[in-house]
Amino acid sequence: MKKEIIKIENLKREFRMGTETVHALKGISFDIKEGEFVTIMGSSGSGKSTMLNILGCLDQPTSGLYEIDGVSVKDLSRNELATIRNEKIGFIFQSYNLLARTSAIENVELPLLYNSKVSTEERRERAIKALEMVGLGERLHHTPSQLSGGQQQRVAIARSLVNNPVMILADEATGNLDTRTSYEIMSLFQELNKKGITITFVTHEPDIATFSSRTVVLKDGEIMQDYQNHNVQSAATELAKLPKQDH
Amino acid sequence: MRLLNLFKIATKAIILNKTRTLLTMLGIIIGVASVIAMLAIGEGSKESIRESISAMGSNMITIKPGADDKGAVRGSGGDVQTLTLQNYEVIKEKASLLSYVTPVVNGSGQVINGSNNWPSSIYGVNPDYIKIKVVGLQSGSMFTDAEVKSASKVAVIGQTVVDNVFPDGQDPVGQMIRFNNIPFKVIGVLEEKGENTFGQDQDDVVLAPYTTVQKRILAIDHLNQIIASAISEDEASKAVTQVTELLRSEHKILDNEEDDFTVKSMEELISTFSSTTEMLTILLVAVASISLLIGGIGIMNIMYVSVKERTKEIGLRMAVGAKGADILMQFLIEAILISITGGILGVLLGLGASVFIEQFLGWPTSVALYSIIISFAVCAVTGIFFGWYPARKASALDPITALRYE
Repeated sequence: MKKEIIKIENLKREFRMGTETVHALKGISFDIKEGEFVTIMGSSGSGKSTMLNILGCLDQPTSGLYEIDGVSVKDLSRNELATIRNEKIGFIFQSYNLLARTSAIENVELPLLYNSKVSTEERRERAIKALEMVGLGERLHHTPSQLSGGQQQRVAIARSLVNNPVMILADEATGNLDTRTSYEIMSLFQELNKKGITITFVTHEPDIATFSSRTVVLKDGEIMQDYQNHNVQSAATELAKLPKQDH
Repeated sequence: MRLLNLFKIATKAIILNKTRTLLTMLGIIIGVASVIAMLAIGEGSKESIRESISAMGSNMITIKPGADDKGAVRGSGGDVQTLTLQNYEVIKEKASLLSYVTPVVNGSGQVINGSNNWPSSIYGVNPDYIKIKVVGLQSGSMFTDAEVKSASKVAVIGQTVVDNVFPDGQDPVGQMIRFNNIPFKVIGVLEEKGENTFGQDQDDVVLAPYTTVQKRILAIDHLNQIIASAISEDEASKAVTQVTELLRSEHKILDNEEDDFTVKSMEELISTFSSTTEMLTILLVAVASISLLIGGIGIMNIMYVSVKERTKEIGLRMAVGAKGADILMQFLIEAILISITGGILGVLLGLGASVFIEQFLGWPTSVALYSIIISFAVCAVTGIFFGWYPARKASALDPITALRYE
């Protein structure tokens, strides 16, 4: 039995909009175990973004249980949440969110700047290692404007890896990329997953889900489907099938 | 460690926005530079007044007839005839804190030597005068007490008078001159003293025994003033009190009546003139401080824009683990760095401006250390004060909203 990274039980999230109460999540329960590659699917309004915010410890549930790596998040303060995010979660965003005019290595170092346990030397070493893992070992000192979209997302992935998180949380990470580049990125995710890294991928694109080991489908704040994918596609193979591009 | 990292982040943000940072700093730079330059001008003129008054004899005490002319309109000192020779003698005899005393009677008139003439002032004094005024003789000698007693027609003249009535360069000592048609024998020439702070030529004088001037020139028997010197600078204020008491009893002034004379030490004279320049300094500094304030508001303005502009960056930093306090410190350090760097540049510019003013405008300047320290402290406080609100705003952002901000 693998360790549970995420444990969610009867989780609810309500928002007050004036006099009305919006039930964004209506009592959701599921676990994510170490080494899983989960996609959370759903159309807009399904509660997908709320789920993502709670999973990422950016938001807290109204009621119910949310544990990440054994820590219950519900009653933590703003600062304690920040520490959890810093030490346990790696974020990847649709629009990369890299700091402009800042080199790849400095972008990757960013989470470690807020962790006083990591020394300057260690920070640099880990950033270089993370960039090598995503295949950008040769572009340490390039700034975002000198990198392609795919490369920028690789820098963002390196940034999410640098703090050795228990889980990588990706929000439409391929949404800004063309098919070829998104397959490249997906194959990178699959590689990382093979190395034992837990990945949660929030998306609305069904073909992305075929690369993951499990899919959770949300609709109107409830789980509609939660199934294991027994026929995981290899993104690398799919990439090879694409028509060749002439450069 | 954490603070060091935040410091690095803030420095980087400043370097990435060079032009904007420099423009933001400009307000502070100009503010600090003008405070320093204005204070330097104020201090400089205060010092130069002090110096030239001290050069006139720093333990000098002047006694004038008539009350201190502050307040309502009063008759000029010259019209009041309350100082007499008898007063002088009592002071000379009884004022133990005075080392030298001389009566002064003065008038103006024409100095004539042959075909040359020159309008000048004559001062009737005794030989103590040159000791009180701390002025030496470049040739000849001062008249003696015996010559004062006999009301001799001898005179000691200043360089301006020499230049104008002895234009041929002949030695004036031993020559005869006439002052308002009274012949005087020149027995000495005073050392040159130049102009004093108030633009008065101190060499344009004729000194003669007061007895001679009273009888022959002015035909009066009161005195225009009495000047004296205290035994030391420290005793000057006590000497003023002593002389005041002596004169009050001499003039039979009752306890509830005002003095009908004025006794002033140089120190008081200095403070009178200093208060004028101080007023001016305060005004200049007030104007300069306003520009410093505006500089501070400029920083606040830019920091607000910067927070707005970097909302997404703040969201990202929060998402990867920055606490509210980290964001607050980052922006606060940035504001303080801007204002302190601006302060340093401002101090340098202010020093440069002071040197420039001294060199090219000829105004005396003196940069006081306290002005540098104060401006610097004000800068740091400005940074903290005006940086606080924008930084606070940044730190209070909700990471979810900040991340979605476009």
